[in-house]
Order: sequence, then structure tokens, then C-alpha cells
Amino acid sequence: MSDAAAHALDHHEPVTSTGIPNKKVLMWAFLGSDCMFFGTLISTHLIYRKISATVGGNFLDIRDVFDIELTSFSTFILLASSLFMALAVSAIHKGNLTSTRWMLFGTIIFGAIFLACQVYEFTHFVYAPGNELTLSSYRGEPHVFGSTFYVLTGTHGTHVAIGVFWLIGWLVYSFTGKMSTSDAMDVECCGLYWHFVDIVWIIIFPVVYLMEYAF
Amino acid sequence: MAIESLKYASPDTETKIEAKVFPRPSQHTAGIVDWLTTIDHKKIGLMYGMAALFFLLVGGIEALLIRSQLWSHNMEVLTNREYNQMFTMHGTTMVFLVIMPLSAAFFNYLMPLQIGARDVAFPRMNALSLWCFVSGGIILNLSWFFTGGSPAIGWFGYAPLTDTRFAEVLGDMGPDFWIFSLQMLGLASLLASFNFITTIINMRAPGMTMMRMPVFTWMTLIVSFLIILAFPAITIALVELMFDRTYGTNFYDFLEGGKPHLWQHLFWIFGHPEVYILILPAMGIVSEVIPVFSRKPLFGYGLVIFSGAIIGFMGFAVWSHHMFTTGMGVVATSAFSILTMLIAIPTGVKIFNWIGTMWDGRIRFDTPMLFALGFITMFMIGGFTGIMHSSVPIDAQHQDSYFVVAHFHYVLIGGALFGLFCGFYFWLPKMTGRMLNEKLGKLVFTLMFIGFNLTFFPMHYLGMIGQPRRTHSYNEGHGFETWNQIATIGSFILGIGIAIGVYQFVSAFFNKRLKPAGKNPWDARTLEWTLSSPVKEYNFARNPIIKARDQAWENNYGPKENHSQKEPLDDHGVHMPDRSWYPLLTAIGLFVMVIGMLFHASIDASGELVRNYTVAIAGGVVSTVGIIMWSLEGPAGYHLFPKEKEE
Repeated sequence: MSDAAAHALDHHEPVTSTGIPNKKVLMWAFLGSDCMFFGTLISTHLIYRKISATVGGNFLDIRDVFDIELTSFSTFILLASSLFMALAVSAIHKGNLTSTRWMLFGTIIFGAIFLACQVYEFTHFVYAPGNELTLSSYRGEPHVFGSTFYVLTGTHGTHVAIGVFWLIGWLVYSFTGKMSTSDAMDVECCGLYWHFVDIVWIIIFPVVYLMEYAF
Repeated sequence: MAIESLKYASPDTETKIEAKVFPRPSQHTAGIVDWLTTIDHKKIGLMYGMAALFFLLVGGIEALLIRSQLWSHNMEVLTNREYNQMFTMHGTTMVFLVIMPLSAAFFNYLMPLQIGARDVAFPRMNALSLWCFVSGGIILNLSWFFTGGSPAIGWFGYAPLTDTRFAEVLGDMGPDFWIFSLQMLGLASLLASFNFITTIINMRAPGMTMMRMPVFTWMTLIVSFLIILAFPAITIALVELMFDRTYGTNFYDFLEGGKPHLWQHLFWIFGHPEVYILILPAMGIVSEVIPVFSRKPLFGYGLVIFSGAIIGFMGFAVWSHHMFTTGMGVVATSAFSILTMLIAIPTGVKIFNWIGTMWDGRIRFDTPMLFALGFITMFMIGGFTGIMHSSVPIDAQHQDSYFVVAHFHYVLIGGALFGLFCGFYFWLPKMTGRMLNEKLGKLVFTLMFIGFNLTFFPMHYLGMIGQPRRTHSYNEGHGFETWNQIATIGSFILGIGIAIGVYQFVSAFFNKRLKPAGKNPWDARTLEWTLSSPVKEYNFARNPIIKARDQAWENNYGPKENHSQKEPLDDHGVHMPDRSWYPLLTAIGLFVMVIGMLFHASIDASGELVRNYTVAIAGGVVSTVGIIMWSLEGPAGYHLFPKEKEE
């Protein structure tokens, strides 16, 4: 009987009504919910963007603060990381552990570069001489742009950081010798999350950064 | 359950993770450890229900204090600030710690039984949801003991009441406790909802198509979608508020460029779907109860479900009717007014369907049916005043008066709470295996019905003659006294009724003298009534194959081809998961993290603000470790081989 039991426990994935694995449905539901999180943050930013354009009587030109070249670079890096993620998912589906490992590693590195850029950017903005943009002020005057900007991009950065930790978890797991194609679906869920975080950045980058140069 | 009667296979040791800090308690665990580590949806549902009933009494006492204060003009039962704290805590407790978790209790206990599943899709996540809810409740009520006492900002926490500079008490921590407890409760609701959505979409028994699902399960699905789409708005609003209070951002700070109005929008984008999150489960319960006690199938099953979905969908498009007096402009105000009027249509459709179900039925007036009828009538009164409020000029007159208090208590007590009590009287025989005392149940209904109407009907009039809500006291000479005294007397009658009801529910689990219920005491219709009472830990000894809607009824009275069948048990038996410590550990970590965040700032001897995150980080580490261990502990579990008649 214990053989039969072991057999049942190995094939743990149950047959579902839709044929889609439970974890994937869960992940999609979560991403739907996460859309609303970012939707709220982005709306907050857009609502305040024009309302609070003046500081102490002076017009705030956020272009004086932004470093658009750096942000464009980090955007490119984040988007490129999605390619690695997709290749990692594909590799684990095919059971190619070496390739999976390298692609996970690439995703982690690119994610980490993005985070490093963001840390640099935040530090740079807060301490920019004569142009300090903090959570509560701009050039020492009370202002809302810093509040909405840091909380929105910071929440996105937190998402990236969680994703990086998750991927590191997979990378470590790949060295335990237990990783196999049966984990492919779980890696795919991680990939769904990673791509979603990327897509959110594709919205944030034009709306928060590029738009300041257009309108 | 007699374990001896079951053929039992030992868990396979190879699949267990070798090194574990907390080993998974096995199937023989009993007592307190069983309850702390359980991942059984039925036990989690019961704990949800019991905790919510406890908070119902807490919130009820707060309400009675409010009513005592308003007994007559210029009373001094509560001080000004205590009064503000009392209505804040009463509102927050009743919405987040009573009605929502009571609904969650029914979702947890019943939904898997109604779709023929052995558990929810993610049992351990379900346990995490429970423990997050419990810690959220504890955090909210801890606020009484710290600087400033509990929050005095109203359950909606409008800016700038939450602004630190306008705090009545220097360093008031009440709003911080409120923010973090709401975040925990939101997390609990989100986790539960992801779980329920996955379960309903993916774990239906063979033959259980979407349009064969019981209406209550449908409402669970709709409410879960509402929760996952509405809660993010308040989560982010609370994050922004936390940043305002802790790190000096200016989101809602009108002195520094922020807009308090934004808080109202974000709060009600969550807050209005929340109203439907509170009422739709009760509608689901009533849609189950009325057909049973009318001995007819639900009239217009598809339309009831469709109306529920439409209500949920439109619930996202009417939030600004809470803000008609804020000056949003004519276009926005008119649009929200029209949409609010439209939402009355699907609600009316449901009410007519319930009436259509009863029409020409053989109605039995048992306690659940009385509560269901109470629900329909009282909810209709609340609905009518709701339609009145959709008209902007009338709303402008009613804004912040006792008329509004009357309106939403008719919806939330006469509606939601009556519906949930109806659910208790209907399903407790299934949960406990014992019939409740009918006479006592009818007494509870009578007390609640009379007390409720005595309390809240006069408030319509009080509001019309000008008594403002959220106001500590009133002067002599307005003519408010008589009706306030009637309301106060009514509130105590209502309180006694609820207290007896809660006593009856809890005692049903212990009172061995009550009559045994048997499988189907009400001659009810849905799948859970084919199981024994109380339901066995594995729910279904054999997976059912569903052939029709109202399967229990069809099995008893339907044609042969509509009788459900059973899948044979294969040689693996029923795979039961082991219990787990990690949901509890993760929740404790989150609780410690919240406490760390609440107390992280202090002023040192030189008057400098010092931030110390040690406790918060420690809590974060504990919950992260909990999650990692959780994901590594593997499926484990054991196998049961119940005989076919043992379900």
C-alpha cells in the first residue's frame, strides 16, 4: 500500500475543471488584483501631476530633476530581463537544467541592475544640489510630486526586488538536484509575475517619465 | 470520527522533507495543536465564525454605549472623544471583523461542499488568511491601550482627521493601529478570495457545471472577484496615508499641496464595492433558504445569478454617490446619480425572484425562513432609502444626518446580519450535527426583529428633523429625546436578541441534549445535504458525479437519470494533507512586523526623532522564513479509505 501511496503523492497535481493548473489560476487572479494596486498609484500620480506643478510660486520643471538617459537604460535592461525569463521557462519545460540556471542567473543580474539604477536615481534625486526632490518637498518647499513619484516607483521597485528574491530561490533550488520538468509550472508562475512587473514598468516609464518631455 | 473503522495507510516517509523545524502534525493530532495547525476548510470556517461572533459582541457593546450616550440631551455617559472612538471602532469592527468574516466563515465551510470538492485549492493559504484576520482584529483592539486610545476618525478615516498635526492627543497612535489592522484584514480577505476563485473555477466535481452551482457558491465567486478588485484601492490609499503619517509625504495634506478629496475617492472606490461584498453573501444564503422552505426550486436561477454579477460589476461605478456634497461638478454628479438608480434594477429583480419562489409554494415558517423573510422586508426598506439617496438634491439634505444611519443599518443589520443569522440557523445542523431549539430561535428572531425596528425606524424621522450623525450630544428643545429613547430601548432589545442567538450558536457545538440532525433535516436541495452531519474530514467518501442542479433534491425526488453517481475510490484512497505550522508562523511574523512598524519611531533625550526597525525586520524575517519553509515542506499527507456509506 505504501507504494501506491507514494505513487499518489508523486503525482500531486490534481485534474482541474478547466485543465489549467490551480497555481496558474491563482497567479492570474493575483495579477488582476495587482493591476488595481498599480492603477490606484498611477492615478494618484497623474491626478497630482498638474495640480501641484508650482512650488512656492515657481513652476516645477521635473526635467531639471530627471536623468532620462539613465532611466531609459534601466528600462531597456528590465525589458531585456524578460527575454531571459522567457528563455528560462522554455528551458525548464524542456528539462535543460544548465540552460535554466544560466537564464535564471541572467534575469537576476538584469533585475539587480535595474534595482541598482533605481537606488542610484533615488539617491541622486534626493541629494541633487539645488534640486532636491524628497518625499515631501522640492527645493525645500512642500510639494506632492516627490510623494507620488517615490511611492509609485518605489512600489514597482519592491515588486522587482521580490521577483529577484524569488528567482534567487529558484537558482538555489536548481543546485539541490531536485529541480526537474515537474517544477516547470511553478517557474512559469514566477515568469508570469516577472513579465507582469515588466509590463507595469512599460506603463510607468511613458506616463511618469516620457510624458514630462512631451506635454 | 472512528479512525478504527477506516482502512489506513501510513504516510509515505520518502516524500517528507527530512530536516524540519516544525514537523507537520499528522492526522492523529488533537486538541489545541489541531486547531492551530489545521488546514481543513471546515475547521477554518468555524474559527472564522467564532472569532467574528466574538467581535459581534464587542462591536455590539460599543453600539450600546453610543445609544446610552444619546438617551437624552447633553448626556455624559461618554466624553466627546470617547464617543468618536466608539463610533469609529463600532463601524470598523462591524464591517471588517463581523460581517466580512462571518461571510468568509460560510464561504469556507460551505463552498467546497457545494461544489463537491474535498478542500479549497490552497488549504495552507486558507489557514494563513484566518490567522491574518485574527491578528488584524487583535491589532485594531490593541489601540485602546496606547497613546491616544483607539482611533477617533470614523470608519472611513477621512483626511484631514487622520493628519498628525490635527490630532486631539499629541502622538495619537489610534489611526496608525487602524491603518495597519486594515492592511492585515485586507491581506486576509485577498488571500481567501484568490483561494475561493481558484477553487470554484478549478475544483468542481465532474458534472458540476457553472450553471449547476448553488447560488451561494455563485455569490462566493462574485464577492471574491469584488474583493480582489476593490481591496487594492484601499490598500494603496492606506499605504499613502501611512507614508503621510510616518514619513511626511503630502498625499492628503492640504497645507502642503495634497488633496483630502483624493482620500474620499480612493476610499469609496473600495467602499462601495465593499457594500456589495457585505450584502451579496447574505443574498446567496437567502437564495438557498427560501427554495428549501417553500419546497420549490429557485425562481429564475440564471437571472438571480446574473443580477448578482451585474450588481457586483456596477458596484464599481457608483462610488461617488457617497460624495455628492463634495462639489464634483454637475456632469460627474449626474452620471453617478443615474448609475446608482440603475443598480436598483438588478436588486429588484432578485427580490421579485425570491417572491416568485415563495409564490404558490408550501411555505414552512421555521427559524431560517423567518430570518430570510426578515431579510427581504428589512433589506427592501434599506433599499428604498438607498434609491432616495441616489437623487442628488435629496441626498444633499440627508447627508450626515441620522437618516443615513437608519438607511445603512437597514441594509447591514436588516440585510446582511439577518441573512447571516438565517445562514447559521439553516446550516448549523450540518456543522454540529444537532438541531437548534426552534422555540429559542423564534424568540431570537422576534427580539431581533422588534428591537431592530424600534432602534432604527425612528432614526429616519430623527434624521429628517435634523439630528446630525457622529455628534456626541444634542441640546434640549429640538424634540430629539423621545425618539432617541425609543431607539435606545430598541437597541438593548436587539442586543439581548443577538446575545441569545450567539449563545445558541456556540452552545449547539457542546449541548448534547439537542436532537440529532441527520443528513438532511430540512429536506434541502444542494449537495452538502447529501453528507453526514457534521461533515467528515474528507467531505466526500467518493467523488460525486453531478447530474443536475439541486442535486440533493433530485436524488430524493428526481427522475433516475438525474440521480448523482459516485466515482469509485481508486487504490490510493482519499489523499488528506497533513496539518502545518507555517501559516501560523507566517502570520505571527507579520503581526510582529506590524507591531515593530507601529512602535519604530521614538524621541530620544535630545529631542531627535529616532527610527528603530529591529522588531519590524525581525518580524519580516520570521514570516519570510515561514514562507520558505512552507514551500519546502512538500505535500506529505496520508490516505484514508472510507466506506461508501461513511460520508
